[in-house]
Amino acid sequence: MCLAVPGQLLSIEGDDPLARLGRVGFAGIVKRANLAYVPEAKCGDYVLVHAGFAITVIDEAEARKTLAYLAEFEPEDLA
Amino acid sequence: MKYVDEFRDPASARRYAEAIAGITTRPWTIMEICGGQTHSIVRHGIDRMLPKGVNLLHGPGCPVCVTPAGIIDAAIALAGRPGVILCSFGDMLRVPGQGGSLLAARARGADVRMVYSPLDALAIARGQPDREIIFLAIGFETTAPTTAMAVLQAECDGIPNFSLLVSHVLVPPAIEALLADHANGIQGFLAAGHVCTVMGYWQYEPIARRYHIPIVVTGFEPLDLLQGLYLCIRQLEAGRAEVENQYSRSVRRDGNCTAQKILGQVFAIQPQHWRGIGEIADSGLGLAPEYARFDALRRFAEIAVPPERSSECISGEILRGLRKPGDCPAFGTHCTPEHPLGATMVSSEGACAAYYRYRRPRAASMAIAMAAGDNSP
Amino acid sequence: MSENSLFALNCPLPVTAGDTIELAHGGGGLLTRRLIDEIFRPAFAESPDDLTHDGAVFEIAGARLAFTTDSYVVRPLFFPGGDIGSLAVNGTVNDLAMCGAEPLYLSVGLVLEEGFSIDDLRRVVEAMRGAARSAGVRLVTGDTKVVERGRGDGLYVNTSGVGLLATPWPISPRQVQPGDAIVLSGDIGRHGIAVMAAREALGFETVVTSDCAPLVSPVRALIDSGFELHCLRDLTRGGLATALIEIAETRGATIRIDESAVPVSDPVRGACEILGVDPLYVANEGRFIALVPADAAEQCLAILQRFNEGAAIIGRADVLASPGIVCLDTIGGTRALDLLIGEQLPRIC
Repeated sequence: MCLAVPGQLLSIEGDDPLARLGRVGFAGIVKRANLAYVPEAKCGDYVLVHAGFAITVIDEAEARKTLAYLAEFEPEDLA
Repeated sequence: MKYVDEFRDPASARRYAEAIAGITTRPWTIMEICGGQTHSIVRHGIDRMLPKGVNLLHGPGCPVCVTPAGIIDAAIALAGRPGVILCSFGDMLRVPGQGGSLLAARARGADVRMVYSPLDALAIARGQPDREIIFLAIGFETTAPTTAMAVLQAECDGIPNFSLLVSHVLVPPAIEALLADHANGIQGFLAAGHVCTVMGYWQYEPIARRYHIPIVVTGFEPLDLLQGLYLCIRQLEAGRAEVENQYSRSVRRDGNCTAQKILGQVFAIQPQHWRGIGEIADSGLGLAPEYARFDALRRFAEIAVPPERSSECISGEILRGLRKPGDCPAFGTHCTPEHPLGATMVSSEGACAAYYRYRRPRAASMAIAMAAGDNSP
Repeated sequence: MSENSLFALNCPLPVTAGDTIELAHGGGGLLTRRLIDEIFRPAFAESPDDLTHDGAVFEIAGARLAFTTDSYVVRPLFFPGGDIGSLAVNGTVNDLAMCGAEPLYLSVGLVLEEGFSIDDLRRVVEAMRGAARSAGVRLVTGDTKVVERGRGDGLYVNTSGVGLLATPWPISPRQVQPGDAIVLSGDIGRHGIAVMAAREALGFETVVTSDCAPLVSPVRALIDSGFELHCLRDLTRGGLATALIEIAETRGATIRIDESAVPVSDPVRGACEILGVDPLYVANEGRFIALVPADAAEQCLAILQRFNEGAAIIGRADVLASPGIVCLDTIGGTRALDLLIGEQLPRIC
């Protein structure tokens, strides 16, 4: 249901927690997103953006673990 | 694109498909909740990579499909009021209510505008103080916080000409309603990764226990879906019924607390009608009393949400997992994306539209094509 | 729906009566095809080949000519990389080039809305002059009409063009043979994203520029190279997918495309991900596909790469089979591509 796209937080503008905006880069497109829901986000972080809002900071370590999961399969696990 | 391309690696996808085939010993029926997951599954052919016994059902996770027809009718009526600009996400523009779609209303002269974010609708209100801007606020728990922030900003900045027609829905009550209906034979769930990014997944733990059903919080890219399916089947084969989090790079058990706090402030839980399914208790969000003045239906009290004309619509059976698009005698013949008979065919996220757009090539042509050459251009 | 009573019971939604034109009829997809098949072809076509390709080809007193027309209703009128004027010239020039003709003369018809800015009109006309010069064509005749305020959307442009066929052999979908390679002249999706971003004020900081351009030079280079060129098709509304489907269906062939071979630039990719649209269906205005014999594929690619380094071989025509379909090879296997109903809209879902 929810199209949310990961992008890199390039810069942050504003102090008002409701209206804090970030410039987010998605493979060459830069668009502003509201950062109210990711108060901990800092420049360089990757955030998930939905309908103009960052809804979470992507956990890089967890992403690596997810990708590495496959490597743990023993050959006999595979058909 | 980082965090996208790595999760679309074809070689890894094939290894997952092999791993799934390696552990599957019996038929299993698994439902994925989210329209975005349906879209991805069908677009990347994930269901074609699964062993024959694994049956994927596509659930009611498409807010476009489940938004009550009456809400669309009310939106059209509001758009027809003098001076109103009706703003909506693109998804909703083509969905027919009981009297046509918002796009058709625009063709007749209503000022209907597409926006990417509720904040864009608020910006229009700021820029055009002499017009009344109404935002059609639909979506699940992922989108509700974006609506909430628009309301808070409107209140904070004293924007008088902005109101909302709210129809947000909640996932866990829908899952319980589905599980209470035993006819669909759902044995496992892939929970919606972006909904859980906001809400966490602790709400699913009592459900998994009560119905003894594994629930895997899953992302949207091919590797996410394949890994989610692998984890779900692994549980099913072992007789386990737990909540597992495949989408751990975005989802934490508690979810996004800031967003949940704002949701609790701006919205109140209420009963909600799901198109084609019926009313599910405590499954909707409406504006809390402190924000009632932003409710378009209060501001325009002469407009009401008409009730859905009751009937046995097959969209509902598909959304509940009782039937598949291919089971419908109209699928692909009388009912096609250009001539839709129900919301699941109109919405690009709807199970029927997804199946139609991304379906298998016609069998005969495909067979000839396969026989004539190898698999690479 | 009296023809199937099962429906009257099951489906409460009113079926669209289908007696008025909808926006989707102009999208280049299924409904446009319906209009052509059900209204225009029965009225105008005298042979099965009439009205099937970008332009009409015929002989007058020994001269083999190509003739085409196109109307432009783009909004906004001015967008990054082009405007309705350059679009109108290049679109018609390219339709002629796709027939294997050297474009020569264009007409232009303008429908102006009362109140339209004369400065804007000058800008459009200047753009047309520049585009015509770049393409090597002359605008030799035209017409202007004005409609009342509120009836015209600012400006509509129609251009018609005539050219001389440059090859003795026909270039059309009917020439496509099994085994033909499909070569794409460059990366896709720029025009549609540029226009959508401008029209819907999507707030992209990065400006995606339309690829609006004449295709005369690369086509001439292909023709001059001497190998057998079977079919050319420029990608316009409906994108690469629609062009491929139209060729497959006209020829009655199966076309196989490798999704990973289709070039998409980073900004277009990012924009498509954000908006939830499929780049295969996004409009282009300066790209085309060439279907050539397999043994000419590399040579064709090398020629096209001189004009755009993004050119790529993306697939092949496979067997002849009716109805024609396009099979896309993706991660999970192969799926058929279908025509869209109308234009893709950005989604949040």
